[in-house]
Amino acid sequence: MSTTAASLLAFFEDLRSEGVAVGTSEILDAFAALDEVSWTDQRDFRESLAATIAKSQEDRRVFELLFDRHFFRAAETEALERGIEDERFEGSGDRIDLDELREAIRRAIFEGNDGEMRDLARLAMTAFGRQGERSGVIGVDVQRIRRALDLQAGGRRNDDDQEALDPDNVRQFERYLRRELERATIERTGKLPPSRPLAELDRTLPTSPAQDLTAVHRAVAQLKRRIATLGHEQRGRARGRHVDVRRTMRASLETGGVPLRLRYRPKRPRRPEIYVLCDVSTSVSSASVFFLSVLHALHDSFRKLRSFVFIERISEVTDIFEHERDFRKISERVSSEGGVADVSGYTDYGRVWLEFGEEIAEDLGPRSTVIVLGDARTNGREPHATTFGAIAEHAGRMFWLNPEPKLYWNYGDSVMAAYEPYCDGAFECWTTKHLENFVNVIAGAPTVAD
Amino acid sequence: MPDSPPQSVAQVREGLGQVGYLADEAAALVSFLAQRLGKPILVEGPAGVGKTELAKALSRSTGRRLVRLQCYEGLDEAKALYEWNYRKQLLRIQAEATTAAPGSEAEEAADDAGWARTRGDIFSEDFLFTRPLLEAISAEDAVVLLIDEIDKTDQEFEAMLLEVLSDFQISIPELGVIEAITRPIVVLTSNNSRELTEALKRRCLYLWLDYPSVDRELEIVRLHTPELDEGLARRLVEIVHMIRALDLKKPPSIAESIDWARTLLLIGSDDIDRETFQSSMSILVKHRSDIDLVAERVSVKLGEAEADVHDRG
Repeated sequence: MSTTAASLLAFFEDLRSEGVAVGTSEILDAFAALDEVSWTDQRDFRESLAATIAKSQEDRRVFELLFDRHFFRAAETEALERGIEDERFEGSGDRIDLDELREAIRRAIFEGNDGEMRDLARLAMTAFGRQGERSGVIGVDVQRIRRALDLQAGGRRNDDDQEALDPDNVRQFERYLRRELERATIERTGKLPPSRPLAELDRTLPTSPAQDLTAVHRAVAQLKRRIATLGHEQRGRARGRHVDVRRTMRASLETGGVPLRLRYRPKRPRRPEIYVLCDVSTSVSSASVFFLSVLHALHDSFRKLRSFVFIERISEVTDIFEHERDFRKISERVSSEGGVADVSGYTDYGRVWLEFGEEIAEDLGPRSTVIVLGDARTNGREPHATTFGAIAEHAGRMFWLNPEPKLYWNYGDSVMAAYEPYCDGAFECWTTKHLENFVNVIAGAPTVAD
Repeated sequence: MPDSPPQSVAQVREGLGQVGYLADEAAALVSFLAQRLGKPILVEGPAGVGKTELAKALSRSTGRRLVRLQCYEGLDEAKALYEWNYRKQLLRIQAEATTAAPGSEAEEAADDAGWARTRGDIFSEDFLFTRPLLEAISAEDAVVLLIDEIDKTDQEFEAMLLEVLSDFQISIPELGVIEAITRPIVVLTSNNSRELTEALKRRCLYLWLDYPSVDRELEIVRLHTPELDEGLARRLVEIVHMIRALDLKKPPSIAESIDWARTLLLIGSDDIDRETFQSSMSILVKHRSDIDLVAERVSVKLGEAEADVHDRG
């Protein structure tokens, strides 16, 4: 076996260990593809491999990182070990002149020269990365290098002699920097950054508010996709359809009165109106970040969705979700404009039901589904369960998602038992799997086994 | 036009360029590989980046006929593969029945033989409705088969496709296996609205098409509206990119940039100022919330630019 083939196989093996599904058929395809293109052209080589091996964007990301490590890092590493040298900076001794580098980068960014920027990003990382040890957080390092390079979009600092830099190009340069740093980290630690948190859909919800919001968001995006296709699957099924007698008889005329073709009544997809009530008090603060992002995702998937947040009072936030796309802004606006906390900041479920019953309940109809996200901890206040019952009466369906394990329900000030009888379903919801289960229930599919 | 597989990536790229499709390196390379290896291409990417157009361009550049299967929820094999023409079959049976004299001695014997003959008869290709997949497989001439928006179908349908995609054949129980005479170029597109099965992906070459860079999109716009002033076209593309950078429900597609370019030509404006933009914005952005956002962000920028010009002037 040739050495190239061997190193390719090692590369595939690495991809597998990172969770990319590389089957034998993919490997055969890859070799077949490489027969057709020239091996010496880096771009063709890389793209051929990618087309046959990496079959999703996520896979492609892992592929890129590993590809660099396997095929093009060796040469670079060697160059780095010999010191940072580049023919463009010859004459300035064996160390590159930082000012010169700074100027070169500025020029490249100004001209928007892609290849140049990429090369210089690498140099910048090595040059500035060596001055102090890296912080280990890529975002911090990028900013530090950027500051050291004195890069500012628009070039506001000295308008006289320097022309404005295109912010897009600066961003592009930052992207290269980020990639270089990412690569360097991989090389140093010999590990890929945690690349596919989605593979474990069972991860528990964040327990501290500071936990990675983007991860939650990605899980919700997955969920959204699931919601989007769930409906489709239901509609595609032929099972449980009703024969439309009139149309069948009419169709039978063509075949001399023999009903050869059954006509079915079209199955109308259920277009639910959804009302989501979300507790945003401190007792559920960790979950409410998650719930808010769920709301965010739901807003994209269901057209008739109204959302409310509550602590002591209730307030409608549908508008905010419809006008803001950025999640962070949404949560800011929800907390600043929601106006739901009164004095204590403790949830008052009873009052929330009274308000909701008065103001919104009359909009409810048999097609509406109400979903409450909350822990049912009333802080010792009157639960007003009968009002809640009346609301449930108005609505077609009422669901309760509780971020606490079932075990803790009805302990302390939790009054879940008072509300549960009125609900069509009360679910514990603290892992994405629970959430998935719930989504299946509203979409009418069988529940996923635990 | 020649129908032998292409010799080089450059040749494919050139061919696509000649029929008005400016392919980037990856797209050209994958199209080349697909023809050389005889494998289907799975194209994914956001809406409106030219996934379907790639298939059409391949058909034009290779001179092959395009057979298109548009997928939708609930698409089944009767609509995708083939269907027996029941009515015609029934008529045939009835015709058979009337020719045999009723009540005669030999009726039963004749019946048996007649039935055997009829059965052989009615399950023949004459009584078959060919649907796109069968059409592509059984076509005499070489075709490009486009399976559009495969993500809209159910998983069951995907499984049904596997035979077609890997062996280019279709088994019809009553007829046997129908194999492709010429190998079609197969292009599947997906908007990524759901994850496709591993089995399907395994059989395909994967191509991710993204929004093009400013320069490439400029080329595309110029190709479609050569009359438009170059400076204006560049400004237009830059604005479109600016809009795409916002977090929109539906970012403008390439087709919409072209539409916008045509609109500007029609209304004969020679610069994109705030007013032109606001009046023609609805061509690019098609959601109420998106329109609000774009109006707010982009118009302000356009306003600033104008102010700059006035300052200098």
